[in-house]
Amino acid sequence: MENANSKSDLQPVLEIRNLTQQFGGLRAVSNFNVRLEPGGLIGLIGPNGAGKTTVFNLVSGFYQPTSGEILINGINTAGMKPHQVTGLGVARTFQNIRLWNDMSVLDNIRVAQHGKLQYGFFHAVARSGHYLARERQIEDDARELLEVFDLQDYAEEFPKNLPYGTQRKLEIARALSSKPQLLLLDEPAAGLNSADIHELIRLVRWIHSHFDVTIWMIEHHMDVMMELSSYIKVIDFGETIAEGTPAEVRNHPAVITAYLGDEKI
Amino acid sequence: MLKRYSIQLILVACGGLLTYVAYEELVSLYLLSVLMFMGVNVILSTSLNLVNGNMGEFSCGHAGFMCVGAYVSSVLGVWLFAKDKVFGPPVLPPELALYAFPLVILAGGVAAALAGLLVAIPSYKTRGDYLAIITIAANYIIISAIENLGVIGGSRGFMGMKSVISSMEDVAYLPWMPIWVFSFTIFCVWLIRRYVSSTFGKGVNAISQDEVAAEIMSVNTNKIKTITFMVSSGLAGIAGGLFAYILGYVNPGSFNILKSTEVLVMVYLGGMASLSGAVLSAIAFTILLELLRPLQIIKWVVIPLLLIIVMQFRPEGIMGSRELSDIFPWLKRFYRFK
Amino acid sequence: MLATIIQNLINALQWGSFYALIALGYTLVYGVLTLINFAHGDIFMVGAYIAFFVATFMLSAAGLPGWAALALTIPLTMILTSMVGVTLERVAYRPLRRKGAHRLYVVITALMCGLILEHANLALLGASRKAFPPMITEHVYNIGGVSFTNLKVAVIVSAILVFILLQWIVTKTKVGMAMRAISYDKFAVPLMGIPMDNIIVATFVLGSGMAGLAGILFAMSYPILEPYMGALIGWKAFIAAVVGGIGDIRGAFLGGFLLGAVEILVVAFFPSTFRDLIAFTVLLVILAFRPTGLFGVAKTTKI
Repeated sequence: MENANSKSDLQPVLEIRNLTQQFGGLRAVSNFNVRLEPGGLIGLIGPNGAGKTTVFNLVSGFYQPTSGEILINGINTAGMKPHQVTGLGVARTFQNIRLWNDMSVLDNIRVAQHGKLQYGFFHAVARSGHYLARERQIEDDARELLEVFDLQDYAEEFPKNLPYGTQRKLEIARALSSKPQLLLLDEPAAGLNSADIHELIRLVRWIHSHFDVTIWMIEHHMDVMMELSSYIKVIDFGETIAEGTPAEVRNHPAVITAYLGDEKI
Repeated sequence: MLKRYSIQLILVACGGLLTYVAYEELVSLYLLSVLMFMGVNVILSTSLNLVNGNMGEFSCGHAGFMCVGAYVSSVLGVWLFAKDKVFGPPVLPPELALYAFPLVILAGGVAAALAGLLVAIPSYKTRGDYLAIITIAANYIIISAIENLGVIGGSRGFMGMKSVISSMEDVAYLPWMPIWVFSFTIFCVWLIRRYVSSTFGKGVNAISQDEVAAEIMSVNTNKIKTITFMVSSGLAGIAGGLFAYILGYVNPGSFNILKSTEVLVMVYLGGMASLSGAVLSAIAFTILLELLRPLQIIKWVVIPLLLIIVMQFRPEGIMGSRELSDIFPWLKRFYRFK
Repeated sequence: MLATIIQNLINALQWGSFYALIALGYTLVYGVLTLINFAHGDIFMVGAYIAFFVATFMLSAAGLPGWAALALTIPLTMILTSMVGVTLERVAYRPLRRKGAHRLYVVITALMCGLILEHANLALLGASRKAFPPMITEHVYNIGGVSFTNLKVAVIVSAILVFILLQWIVTKTKVGMAMRAISYDKFAVPLMGIPMDNIIVATFVLGSGMAGLAGILFAMSYPILEPYMGALIGWKAFIAAVVGGIGDIRGAFLGGFLLGAVEILVVAFFPSTFRDLIAFTVLLVILAFRPTGLFGVAKTTKI
């Protein structure tokens, strides 16, 4: 179940086939394939500029791929806008934290549930019974989530006033508020100190067991990767150069070559 | 119980007082018209604040939408309920004007909301300064289009709204204009407050703060932008309709960029994304304009100068993004502003 | 037929020259500060008035012959107008920038400065229009059915010269390179030891100077001055700058000439009241297809 390539009859949460993304003359992602089974915790690594974030941007619908297919729970996302893709059960965090800094922490969580509001402008303005019930539900869900993440004390605070590590945590909480089946974490440990990183490893592991969610993670901190993921894909210049368990990847000659002079494994 | 409904009670009392005062002619017509323009300005300022404050766009053609509303409701009202040189005798019995008046004003609002699409659709792809240009161009396009419509008077303007009002007064003698301006002002502020305080409407603020994150976090940004622009321009259209019926005469020249600038000033004076700030600054600005009226042309030197000085000391506007209840916390007992 | 086309082309070039010269000021300031200097149209108006006073003084008080008066009026007007521009930047924009005010508040301040210029002028000089004194005699040439005046040619030639000069300044000189550097990265430039404020002042000098030049040429071609003359032309020139791709000098010129051409074309086929309507619609359509203008580069969002 953990192995991304293990043959099983389960519908994959995410399947990418021959994905290629061209930016002008630059081929940022080339012929990328992946199949994520439900419940996995998979890693994506590669040197800077290898095209990792581009893959995430393609999955979340921010870019339209030059060629290839992305299927989420069996549904092809071609031509979909990001919010529609999110509606299929994908959520993500960003390399540079992108919280809404001038809205309270609670509102950040509430707005991230926009996709499942089930009411529109006229309900909102008329304050219908349906609206009030939905709003109550959304607020309850948001408060519950904050409590689960131990952020309830910050509910009325603005994100910009929180410590960096807490902001990272809040961003993950916000991503989970839409109850996704697939969570994309883009360098969650970036900018954290070693104590925070330790905390993050525990958090991700806990999320993985506590929420019913498949996690795909980009990370430069190898200890985080080695500790958490069961399967790793390595890309460089948009091409997959290696994949396998952490131990296999660590000793793969192509990986060592790709990282030499950039980062030691 | 009393606390919960205190705002409603105060508003009803204010409305009643205004009606009484206008009915008994206790205040001069001049003062009454200033009060009515205050209401129009409150609508304009809060509705532009929705786009420029909450959504963080820079729309500077608000008067264009006001113009659409003014013309549509004027022409509709005159065509239906008044004798006119061009349109001939009234289509419907003038007595009906009493009941149809709010619908006529709303029709102007709907037309202006549709005109808002002129800006909403480019906003899918364009942001910031480029969108600002589109709003300016939209303002000019609307004005020149009306200037070239000879049927409704072109650049000479359009009149006849006074007779619609007087046929309303023939049925029941009440100060209809103050009553309707007051009601529509309350309606507009109420509508905006309900919109921006819902989770749905908070998507507007999310777009302003990080559009990419908003779209990826499941906010349908194009839909929210469309609704927001349409609400904003629609309310401007309502303000325009009221403006036309207060004056009894409209011409395209009164909706030029200078008028848009006036509205911008009200919004930025109050502070962006603050609804109570927008209301207060509209009231203050209207009073200031009237106080400085004796200065005539120098008024337009003094006001910008004042504003520049205000900006040097309070670069975020009078209220910033705070609401009245953030400054006077005891107000929260009566009303939640956010 | 051919004569009509050439005739309209010359008229378009002349109108376009005014727009281009004013659009330059918008584009230079925007390129450096990302500030829409809404007062710029009124700086053009002030330029025309300055030219009026200088020219009147030269002709009547100093009693100079026309050509000498013109030769003195042009540099003097440009200098005085650029001082107006720099004053605005020093008094109104710079303090706000220092305080780190929201960009839009600076834009509103610019709008207010424009209003002040317009209405202060109205209050000081009254609403009566001023007739600009003729400094050179206008010759009408007629070649194969195409008529043009020496003034028209002068306007077009000076616009082209200004374009070449500015293109040289921006691409070849140190100041120009610093300007471009600021537009790429505002934060790195002071760290490289480039005096940011001096560069900004230089930008305002160039932009307002060109507006002054446009003011003289406009006043000579259409010798009637009134305080609101800058507003509409200014807005249009600004839109022209955006259509060309704001921040790019080539864009400002292309946009200016394009707008001139569209307006002349409209007047050739429709009643002249349709001019603004159609011109703005054309610009709106262009922006709908190329949201960042003809020369503008789309900024990509990185996530």
